[in-house]
Amino acid sequence: MAEEISNLEPQAGATAGLPEPELTAASADLPLLRIEGVVKQFGRFRAVDQLSLDIRAGEFFALLGPSGCGKTTLLRMLAGFETPDQGRILLDGRDLAQVLPHQRPVNIMFQNYALFPHLNVRDNIAFGLRRAGMKRREIAARVAELVALVKLEGLEKRKPDQLSGGQRQRVALARALARRPQLLLLDEPLAALDKKLRESTQFELMELQRRLGLTFVIVTHDQAEAMTVADRIGVMDGGRLEQVATPRELYEVPASRWVAEFVGDVNIFEGKVNSCAANRIMVATGNAGTLVIAEPRRPIASDLVCVAIRPEKIKLSRRAPASDAEHAPVINRLEGIITEVNYLGGTTSYKVKLDAGAVLQSSMANTARLDIDAYGAGQRVVAWFSPDDGVVLEP
Amino acid sequence: MTGRGLFARPARLAAVAPYLWMVLFFLVPFGFVLKISLSQTAIAQPPYTPLFELTQGLSAIQTAFAKLSLENYRLLIADDLYVLSYLRSLVVAAVSTSILLLIGYPIAYGMARLKPPWRSLAMLLVIVPFWTSFLIRIYAWINILQHDGLLNQILLALHLVSVPVVWLSTDSAMYLGIVYSYLPFMILPLYATLAKMEPSLLEAANDLGAAPRQAFWLVTFPLSLPGVAAGVLLCFIPIVGEFVIPDLLAGSDQLMIGQTLWLEFFTNKDWPVASAAAVLLLLLLVLPLVLYDRLQRRQLERMG
Repeated sequence: MAEEISNLEPQAGATAGLPEPELTAASADLPLLRIEGVVKQFGRFRAVDQLSLDIRAGEFFALLGPSGCGKTTLLRMLAGFETPDQGRILLDGRDLAQVLPHQRPVNIMFQNYALFPHLNVRDNIAFGLRRAGMKRREIAARVAELVALVKLEGLEKRKPDQLSGGQRQRVALARALARRPQLLLLDEPLAALDKKLRESTQFELMELQRRLGLTFVIVTHDQAEAMTVADRIGVMDGGRLEQVATPRELYEVPASRWVAEFVGDVNIFEGKVNSCAANRIMVATGNAGTLVIAEPRRPIASDLVCVAIRPEKIKLSRRAPASDAEHAPVINRLEGIITEVNYLGGTTSYKVKLDAGAVLQSSMANTARLDIDAYGAGQRVVAWFSPDDGVVLEP
Repeated sequence: MTGRGLFARPARLAAVAPYLWMVLFFLVPFGFVLKISLSQTAIAQPPYTPLFELTQGLSAIQTAFAKLSLENYRLLIADDLYVLSYLRSLVVAAVSTSILLLIGYPIAYGMARLKPPWRSLAMLLVIVPFWTSFLIRIYAWINILQHDGLLNQILLALHLVSVPVVWLSTDSAMYLGIVYSYLPFMILPLYATLAKMEPSLLEAANDLGAAPRQAFWLVTFPLSLPGVAAGVLLCFIPIVGEFVIPDLLAGSDQLMIGQTLWLEFFTNKDWPVASAAAVLLLLLLVLPLVLYDRLQRRQLERMG
């Protein structure tokens, strides 16, 4: 075990300071972690339901979902605290079913940090190294390295209850990194920190992951956090993965109405497909007239669909922008009256009651400091967006 | 402090109350005992020559102080009987407490790992013996252990022994009685510390490469030490002064200090020597208490 750990230097491709080279599914034959049809049942409740997922080496992967969606259960199965009822978990091609938690090259950072209260910072970090039978001198060197890495110099002799929340979080991180795990699991690692600290820690986590070239799997219910840190996000609901995608894809090309509504704000209009021509779909909606939307990548089976448009994709103006059918692209124009204005600093969010009945949300960046011409409630406006800004989804 | 001030500040009263209690029910009686221990035996009622009477005035008290005698203490140290009694008390308490810890820890550990409804049931089972008088339970043990008692009947029926074994009036019976009586006092503090332990700590130890048994010794046990200390003291101190159990279950060849004290007091009617023995016993027990107090204070400081 000792050699195994000390030889676990940063993995190939992650030389200091350089970002991980882009790995595509084709170039990496075997993912570092492969989850195959895993089921976990608690009594009659299926916490994880037929879940399959590949995670590549060097990836920062986020499991995002509402509480009770099974993301923590999945994480605990990776750590070995729960055993799957069905399916397999392969790490580096090895089935983990028979590997006990203390023998896995996987470490977890707990949501409550789970620092040993009777041990000081140094001994907490060294705990895993001592178990691995490392030599005293090597342990001291590794601990010093980790303490510097998470910027805890001078606090080595403190007990956990003499540290602030942020410092405790760093100790937990250093302790989890100490054994240089092939896979580092982070269970809501930043949930206990306040907003400012959380944001700065997110960037530190990303930098750390890139520098060490480790594979991180983070569980979070905070979508901004998932989007910030992760290369790819798996959105979970009811024990299943709803979508696995990059943050941009997740936001711009949600796979389902549920994902569109879970990630960010969205306007949804239900309607019926009228016609389909030249990559454009005409959707007749009940409360927003007929909308022209780009054809989705995957064909929609049913006639009944819903159209999802993000608020910032909808622009407001006093007069409709010109568009002539021959040259300029078609533009959806929806007329209505502003009913609510929420100034949020960087952006302003508007609610517009359409003449056709729907209430839509638009948000626009406040690009100028002095905006004497700002819209107020009661203002009559045209809300418009291009067909490419909407997404057609199954209802 | 006037009476009105006292009632106007209930918080202050609450702060003073424990000290008041200590003074009234511990220090004052202890003063009596100390005074008796420094006086001489006499055939009288009460059976000692008082050092002084408060009614005789200050001068009498001063002369009394001048002829204070430590004679009774010298006797205690010089006489083997007392030294051996003290030693036996300490040995019995140490052995019993060790056995209690060895039995109590696994029970408390098991209880702490039970699911909530079973936990309360187990707790009830630990506390249930308290619903019967302690004396009755010891008499029940006499019944079980006597020559034709339940234990011998069972052993004979199972052909494990051919003649009834002598259980009563042996050290084994005494240890059995002590361990039986004090077990809840060992289990409860241990259970309290073990039950509030964060389960994720064990998972963390496990995750960091400690096998379950290693995790126990590296995490669970060190974190349960305050409970161990509380349980040990809660048992050790009263066992040192135990009188009823050794008197009813053990033989009479060796006496514990509680029994010696009783003999001096009631049979020999030597109140001064008995009092001196009591004072010495108290001093003997104060030491571990002070140690425990210091330990606990350190714990509190660490928490705060």
